Amino acid sequence: MAYSEKLLDHFKKPKNVGTLDKDSKAVGTGLVGAPECGDVMRLQIEVDEESNVIKDAKFKTFGCGSAIASSSLATEWLKGKTVDEALAIDNMAIVEELALPPVKIHCSVLAEDAIKSAIADYRKKNGIAEEA
Amino acid sequence: MNSDKLIYLDNNATTPTDPRVVEAMLPYFTQHFGNAASRNHPFGWQAEKGVDTARQHIADLIQVDSREVIFTSGATEADNLAIKGVFEMYAQKGNHIITLKTEHKAVLDACKKVEKLGGEVTYLDVDREGMVDLKALEAAITDKTILVSIMFANNETGLIQPMKEIGEICARKGVLFMSDATQAVGKIPVNPKELGIHLMAFTGHKMYGHKGVGCLYVSRKNPRVKVTAQMDGGGHERGMRSGTLNVPGIVGFGEAARLAKLEMAEEAARLSKMRDRLESELMKIEEVYLNGSQAHRMPHVTNLSFKHVEGEGLMMTFNQNIGVSSGSACTSASLEPSYVLIALGLGDDLAHSSLRLSLGRFNTEEDIDAAIQQIGQGVQHMRDLSPIWEMYKEGVDLDAVEWSEH
Repeated sequence: MAYSEKLLDHFKKPKNVGTLDKDSKAVGTGLVGAPECGDVMRLQIEVDEESNVIKDAKFKTFGCGSAIASSSLATEWLKGKTVDEALAIDNMAIVEELALPPVKIHCSVLAEDAIKSAIADYRKKNGIAEEA
Repeated sequence: MNSDKLIYLDNNATTPTDPRVVEAMLPYFTQHFGNAASRNHPFGWQAEKGVDTARQHIADLIQVDSREVIFTSGATEADNLAIKGVFEMYAQKGNHIITLKTEHKAVLDACKKVEKLGGEVTYLDVDREGMVDLKALEAAITDKTILVSIMFANNETGLIQPMKEIGEICARKGVLFMSDATQAVGKIPVNPKELGIHLMAFTGHKMYGHKGVGCLYVSRKNPRVKVTAQMDGGGHERGMRSGTLNVPGIVGFGEAARLAKLEMAEEAARLSKMRDRLESELMKIEEVYLNGSQAHRMPHVTNLSFKHVEGEGLMMTFNQNIGVSSGSACTSASLEPSYVLIALGLGDDLAHSSLRLSLGRFNTEEDIDAAIQQIGQGVQHMRDLSPIWEMYKEGVDLDAVEWSEH
């Protein structure tokens, strides 16, 4: 299966690979997927308390090329967004940007889940109620 | 990371056609184009002669009578013909077939079909290496059993089953023994008569012939075996497989068999040396596991799991230059990891992390050097990216983590 140039670029030169201090109050961590399923994503955000803006985002992913590219792209998109804006990121936008084939759509779903999970973790740590 | 040369290490999927095979085939497209069944003119005679010679080469390779070679479109058709054909032909005797969970889909799906038609099929477990349990096999045979179908060598791991012992059990119990020998014929000595195999499927394109021609060996004597044709028509191939013979394809298959017989011993020694070097170098990387059996396997295959690295992703690090296969779900249409590796007792995580490297006639030592280097770099790249590798290195017990299944 031939992948898009954008996908290959994110796979070969992934952006924002790394680890933030998960114990910091400003950091939210999302860990989604399972090794038996063939993909695990860990996505972390660091939020500026004053502005509610995501200052930094890091990821590590165990998975196929599409999973790695989806998480790399997600971290790029997260940086500079407010937490509320970040919550609006839709997996189909990732599918379009990377031209994911239909069998790889679940990778984008996983990335969206990772974003939501990281934000939920951040909010929980800081006593912010989830929006209805 | 990039070199211009493309390296092919997926010879269990298919082999390149040997130029000598192509050379042998060419006259049969334009000059000797006749129908081998045209008995009354030189065009037919030439085609028939080409087929006869090829049939003899194939018979010589496996040391059987040439009349025992039934040409088909490939090993899948031969597997289907053997299983469904025996089921139909021996319906009076019984309706039970025994096979393995690690068989090729061509065998497993033909067995599924037999079940739909009212047959009963036992799918035997294998041990950690993929080996059949001979006691379990013997115990599974009932007075309704008509066929045991066990592959010669596994396509994913290269494991070779104890064919002689299986043949002895089948002979003692009076049941037919069929084998899918697609991965073995042409690469190691295969002699169905000595091993007690009554039906055996294999194909040209795994032994440097081309795609679209295979055959089923059907024993003519002691016992005389018959299968019900699954393709009806002109009664070709002793009535077992109708259809105009693929003359150029058969000629090529024959030439491939002749070359395989000539070069087998030397080639197997060369490939196993290269395979061993590839394997031992890759196994120097941390947390790499061999799947299958080191002692009982084909000379040209290795199957390795690179822990905490997903196989398809790993392949993407080098697949611009190197072609291999993976047991990862992402490489299969079903999105399930390799059922063969799962049957060996591997966890899904290790099955997702596997690569199959299969060498062939046209590989060189330089190919192996490049593969060692690029796969090594790929594993490093993927582990640098892998959260579970990081957790593993930090000493986190991954089995204790509550994963969110999806």
